[in-house]
Amino acid sequence: MADWFHILVFGYYPYFAATVFLAGSLIRFDREQYTWRSGSSQLLRRRQLIWGSVLFHVGILMLFLGHFVGLLTPKEIYYAFGLSSGAKQVLAIVAGGLFGIVCFIGLTMLLHRRLFDLRIRATSSAMDIAILALLWVQLVLGLVSLPFSWAHREGGEVMVQLSLWAQKIVTFQADAAMYAANVHWVYKAHIFLGLTIFLVFPFSRLVHIWSAPVGYLGRRGYQVVRTREGRRAA
Amino acid sequence: MKIRAQIGKVLNLDKCIGCHTCSVTCKNVWTSREGMEYAWFNNVETKPGVGYPKEWENQEVWNGGWVRKRNGRIAPKMGGKLRILAKIFANPDMPQIDDYYEPFTFDYEHLHNAPESETAPTARPRSLISGERMEKIEWGPNWEEILGGEFAKRSKDVNFEAIEKDIYGQFENTFMMYLPRLCEHCLNPTCVAACPSGAIYKREEDGIVLIDQDKCRGWRMCVSGCPYKKIYYNWRSGKSEKCIFCYPRIEAGQPTVCSETCVGRIRYLGVLLYDADRIESAAAAEDPKDLYQAQLDIFLDPFDPEVIRQARADGVPQSWLDAAQRSPVYRMAMDWKVAFPLHPEYRTLPMVWYVPPLSPIQSAAEAGALGSEGLIPDVSQLRIPLRYLANMLTAGDEAPVKLGLERMLAMRVFMRARHVEGTRALEALEQVGLTEAQIEDMYRTMAIANYEDRFVIPTSHREYAEEAFDLRGECGFSFGDGCSGGGGKIDLFSHEVRVGPSAGGRSDRAVAGR
Repeated sequence: MADWFHILVFGYYPYFAATVFLAGSLIRFDREQYTWRSGSSQLLRRRQLIWGSVLFHVGILMLFLGHFVGLLTPKEIYYAFGLSSGAKQVLAIVAGGLFGIVCFIGLTMLLHRRLFDLRIRATSSAMDIAILALLWVQLVLGLVSLPFSWAHREGGEVMVQLSLWAQKIVTFQADAAMYAANVHWVYKAHIFLGLTIFLVFPFSRLVHIWSAPVGYLGRRGYQVVRTREGRRAA
Repeated sequence: MKIRAQIGKVLNLDKCIGCHTCSVTCKNVWTSREGMEYAWFNNVETKPGVGYPKEWENQEVWNGGWVRKRNGRIAPKMGGKLRILAKIFANPDMPQIDDYYEPFTFDYEHLHNAPESETAPTARPRSLISGERMEKIEWGPNWEEILGGEFAKRSKDVNFEAIEKDIYGQFENTFMMYLPRLCEHCLNPTCVAACPSGAIYKREEDGIVLIDQDKCRGWRMCVSGCPYKKIYYNWRSGKSEKCIFCYPRIEAGQPTVCSETCVGRIRYLGVLLYDADRIESAAAAEDPKDLYQAQLDIFLDPFDPEVIRQARADGVPQSWLDAAQRSPVYRMAMDWKVAFPLHPEYRTLPMVWYVPPLSPIQSAAEAGALGSEGLIPDVSQLRIPLRYLANMLTAGDEAPVKLGLERMLAMRVFMRARHVEGTRALEALEQVGLTEAQIEDMYRTMAIANYEDRFVIPTSHREYAEEAFDLRGECGFSFGDGCSGGGGKIDLFSHEVRVGPSAGGRSDRAVAGR
């Protein structure tokens, strides 16, 4: 891969994607909040959704958490806890593999439902289908990378490289791209697609992730009454 | 004590003729657009029947409303906050569209375009969701109209509880009544409680429960929470919608569309004052049969000087207090006790109440004579079983419904005696504990039912109202993005226009919402 292209994809593209992700989300929230929703199709068909959606969401939330912690935790921190790079890689492979499979089953069910259930297909937008397909391919790439990770689990060099890349990116270090230079193409494709998901995020139903209603647990009592003052403010 | 006012409603089922004018006018105004074809903010059911959506009253199936926990507090039947959030990926308590009905249209074009044939062309049904041919329409919003369908299916109606129902399947013993239903704008709404986004709220000034269309995220817990199944998930917009009690009309002092257009003049709108501090304790009454009385107990007498003083202190405008004193809803619910809440056992403290229907005296036909108690026919012999009405209106307690029916009968007896025989049948009044003045008032309100007696709606107050100046240059009463785009060909964030049998859905999406 030409150097300029590599730098474009792993040095600049992340910032492009992140900018669109953040600014796009903000603009949509500000301007088009009416379109800001989870887009549930449960009303139209329960079949395949109950299992599909639960497995998918549980899987992907754990995968997201794993990636977030795994990529962004500086190695000194887990060394301090006595976790070597190799052991961390094995942990990532096992947990990632497990939740990857859970997520794969759910996502495949959802994709199948979206494509082949006439009601769901007819009421899907192009983006609804595209984002699901994108997630599916990304998940498959992630699962395909598992054997490669297993092959060089000793020392955990690849994981160290990738997490250094991620940490350099989020801390705005100019030489970030070189850390992702020598990994297998599967990882590169996985990263590229991952960044692309961030890129299209604001234009898809994924925006509902921003609104995960954890605040509900903290609501005092159950009722919501809007007062005159509140209404004005709203 | 914290006094709030609400526009309450009473439907006099004794006069409902089941014409569905309310449903149709409501639909034309609010829900005739894509995603909401199946949604009837107002519908009319024939009872007994499983209703719309199917078996909505059976909370063993749908888990709507509240339950009283062992510690004496209440929680949504579908679970507390944690359990509600646990259902967010897939909600097991939510009906599927087929529990309502799959919306359809007909191939009317075919009637114009069909080639010559031996038989006349027909317009066959087509799904409004998938656009596919529907070979057979299996269910609709009013499938059981006038006892349509088999008794075995209709009798799943949970109001038959504790009734030996089999005899009512026989033609000679059958009975029916109409039940027009809309959002109850409850004092203790479960939809509000179950909404994780906090998008559903009760308006302090008039009690109307609304869904903030911008804040709704489509988590669809409200659909399950509402035991009346009066929240509809719009499958096109991905947001839930509900009866808005025609709030733009109410604010202007006009009745809701369903009330305005009711040809039977069965609907009443008026102000009720209530003590907001006692909502939770009233909803947590131990015995479900006490819930009706508990709700009566938090309604306040608008003539009590102490109530008036406190209401003013709590910001209720004088015009609302005046309206509360003339409220037909207060008189029917509190003074005459002829109106009852629909399914108080759900513990939502509903604010749309019902006057139970009278029905022919069964034994009259059989024996050639009316059974009676004094001047008033024996209401336990009415064709519609008392227990059936009680199961619907008072959690099974027959005594209040019996008194209500007797009072309506007493009114008839008294007025008939006056106009036909020219006598004053005071006995009938004594028997049901009403004065002549009260009966005359009842007669004027319920029998004559003039427009100004049915609807006593104070206009929204200047200090309540939105600042009109801030709204200048906006798109008026619009939906979603209003005029801020989102309707063009290039549309980054929202749905594309769907081409299908109901193409053009986008253009008629103005309405409802914020």
